[in-house]
Amino acid sequence: MDELLTEFIAETREMLEALSGGLVAWEAAPHDRARLDEIFRFVHTVKGNSGFFDLPRIRALSHAAEDALAAVRDGRRKADAALVSAVLAIIDRLDELVEQASGGQGSTEDDDERLILALSEESREQMVAAPSAAPKAATHTIRLPVELLDRMMSGVSDLVLARNELARRLRESGAGVDLAACFDRVSMSIADLRDAVTRTRMQRIDSLFAPLPRMVRDLAAETGKEVALSIDGGDVELDREMIEMLRDPLTHIIRNAVDHGIERPEDRRRSGKRVPGCLAVCARQAGNQILIEISDDGRGIDTEALVARAVATGAVRADRAARLGAAERAALIFEPGLSTAPEVTVLSGRGVGMDVVRANIERIGGLIDVASRKGEGTALTLRVPLTLTIIPALTLSAAGQTFAIPRSAIDEIVRTRGGAVALERVGGAVIARIRGRRTPVVSLRGLIGAQLSSDEADQHLLVLKLPGGRTYALAVDEVHDHEELVVKPASPAIMSAGLYAGTTLADDGRPLLLLDPSAIAARAALSEHVEETDTATVVPDAEATPALQALLFRGIDGGSRMVALGAVDRIEEVATDEVAASAGCLHVTLGDRILPLEGCAAPPSDGRVKLLLLTDGTVEIGYAVQEAVDIVTVPATLFGGEGEIAGVALVGGEQVELLDLHCLFARHFAATAPAEARPSCLLDGADPFLDTILRPVLEGAGYHVLRPGDAGADSAGFLIRLADADGEEPVHGKARIIRLRSHPEPAGAEDDSIHRYDREALLRALAGPRRHRGRKQA
Amino acid sequence: MTRLLLVVSLAGERIAFSAADIEAVVEIEGIVAAPGAPPHVAGLSALRSRVLTVIDCAAAIGAERGEAPVRDAVVAVIDGHPYALLVDGVEDMVEAEGDPAPLPQRLSGRWARVGKGMVEAEGRLLLLVDVAALIAGPAAAEAA
Repeated sequence: MDELLTEFIAETREMLEALSGGLVAWEAAPHDRARLDEIFRFVHTVKGNSGFFDLPRIRALSHAAEDALAAVRDGRRKADAALVSAVLAIIDRLDELVEQASGGQGSTEDDDERLILALSEESREQMVAAPSAAPKAATHTIRLPVELLDRMMSGVSDLVLARNELARRLRESGAGVDLAACFDRVSMSIADLRDAVTRTRMQRIDSLFAPLPRMVRDLAAETGKEVALSIDGGDVELDREMIEMLRDPLTHIIRNAVDHGIERPEDRRRSGKRVPGCLAVCARQAGNQILIEISDDGRGIDTEALVARAVATGAVRADRAARLGAAERAALIFEPGLSTAPEVTVLSGRGVGMDVVRANIERIGGLIDVASRKGEGTALTLRVPLTLTIIPALTLSAAGQTFAIPRSAIDEIVRTRGGAVALERVGGAVIARIRGRRTPVVSLRGLIGAQLSSDEADQHLLVLKLPGGRTYALAVDEVHDHEELVVKPASPAIMSAGLYAGTTLADDGRPLLLLDPSAIAARAALSEHVEETDTATVVPDAEATPALQALLFRGIDGGSRMVALGAVDRIEEVATDEVAASAGCLHVTLGDRILPLEGCAAPPSDGRVKLLLLTDGTVEIGYAVQEAVDIVTVPATLFGGEGEIAGVALVGGEQVELLDLHCLFARHFAATAPAEARPSCLLDGADPFLDTILRPVLEGAGYHVLRPGDAGADSAGFLIRLADADGEEPVHGKARIIRLRSHPEPAGAEDDSIHRYDREALLRALAGPRRHRGRKQA
Repeated sequence: MTRLLLVVSLAGERIAFSAADIEAVVEIEGIVAAPGAPPHVAGLSALRSRVLTVIDCAAAIGAERGEAPVRDAVVAVIDGHPYALLVDGVEDMVEAEGDPAPLPQRLSGRWARVGKGMVEAEGRLLLLVDVAALIAGPAAAEAA
């Protein structure tokens, strides 16, 4: 295609996307001059540009719209609803025509004349703009071919795999320290590169949300409802591919919310609600997941009708239905073929239900939850991973062969050896009872055609979540390690096994098969009815709280401990010279932050140390460990415990201490003892730089900042002053003095001051004296 | 027209692949099994950080599966997926004398499904074998 034309199409698409919200705002306030100008500029530009190409229809339409809008701008004409609708209809048509010109399929009607006629002042025809076409496959702007980005990404993925293999060979060959350091540098550059390339594929989720205002407006007009849409978190970034995968599910959810969720104005008035229904779409990032919440204040899900339908269609047995909790009842909307809509409407009666939405979300490794209160509204939460290509996985083995499984599918891991599990046999099938709940067991050995384990008493059961909240347990021989894996699609011959989701390479360079939990459930022909709550032992409400999952690790002192899994953000490895003692506590430098370090009494001596990064959601602390061992379920009974140990429990026959997170965090972040717990730093001088610019940096990095005269100022660990400030240097006991200069270059060889904007050097100086490090810490 | 052929031995016969279909000739060892996959799929193997699906060509045509620890294989990419096709031996790269000719009669037995013609090279007639048909395996033929 002609390059210029491609450019024109891309630019027009971009403008259309940007305009989307403006159109709706203009409709709400037709006299808003700024909006009017914005739309005028759009049609004017399109008219001008289209003149260069053989696009007569685009030109005629944009010309007509420009004329009408020009008349409004000059005050010759008033903007009324009819004009707004007519202009919107033209913009829609332009959108379609541009798609067509780009070679996309999709036919357009050719009643351009009618649209143009509708613009004329005489036309009193109240036209409702045609609903905007379903999102086009390629609305995103293409200035850089997307395939190029994909190729870069796959190139980098290969690079990561090649690096892993090289790392393994280096280890085997026992290469010297020099070589290892050199490899570390390569390795770190690759990690940086991967981050950067991953980011180039990131798109603001805005591009997913941009069409929503227009869509909601059209839907509301069609159904005669009033809807106020609010969108939040549009700046969250997500993999481009992921955004495309979310488009259809999101559209469907919004349609449902407007069509079924929000009531008609008269009904809302009767039930004492504000007439415009609220529809809120909000995105935010939580760790390496993106949460998208779509909530409305409409009528909510009629769970009784839903359960009745489910029982009627045989999706759920009546006796089981009676025992479902509120959340499980609402989750029935994800069952195929269930809908409580009394009538099939134009909008939603398209034979695509929430089951398809859920399937789509799960296909990309996401989860969907629903919460609803009758009469008050419904909230759907989507959780999706940041990217499709690199997924956190757990490696495991059965009959000597290693496999991987996506971590997102794993609910918990239990050992059959522990007392928490009882295995029962019914006609050859094995059912596990885990804390009073019966779960079917699928043996991985059985699936792969290996001999069943002779020792069922010592197996690991991976409790896997299935769509709809069902679970089953996959019995495996060993659980190994957490790994971030670059997953590639498997060939059709491999996929035909019906067990796998893809292939990948392990760190040792051997191919690994990624298991697909849903496919395995289908292969094993698990029936929904197998899962039953054992009424004899169940305690209804206590059962709702799942048992605590913990990470089992070996401490620096060699002792076995565990910590609640929810608090572990990630595991990092740092050089030991990033650890320094200050103000009676250990701290570790991580990037540009300084975190309190627990888990060891003195800075570890050798090379590198592994850290568990623990978070309470707001602040973080590091916990030094030798290695992470396993994920375990914390037994209900704990013995003793004091200080940072909440108690001791038997895990796999071994005494394991459970960390008391509250104690750990309180030690560092308790409001009563900030000065003692945090390293303190005294700022000396009157320069506003100290208070306005420096102070937030120091406080952000975890320092207790003091000014002369404050309590504790005399015992501050550090004193920061400006090198070029006048006045004699005050003597401050044992405080180390850090001098900041305003000139980027040192005044001479003797000058040990730090440039005031060299944040890294400053934080390094605070963390303690150390040798100069030439390379950047990843 | 020059047309390069890769001559390999398989199940006691010398056969030819069109060299255009073949990316590389490699030795494969350390195959990781793919339980549940069709019988002619020997498993997976890693090659320069790519995961190859290993096809046992002998099994694909219904002959005995080979068991040697290190085996010759040719690498082919079909529909974006890389495959390694295990053969008994890779013999030579030769130039075809003329275009492939249709088979004069319907082949019987194991070669019927994968043979797509015959071609002359170095004064001998060779069976030209379809790589994709080998990869698809016997099950695809039954379904078709």
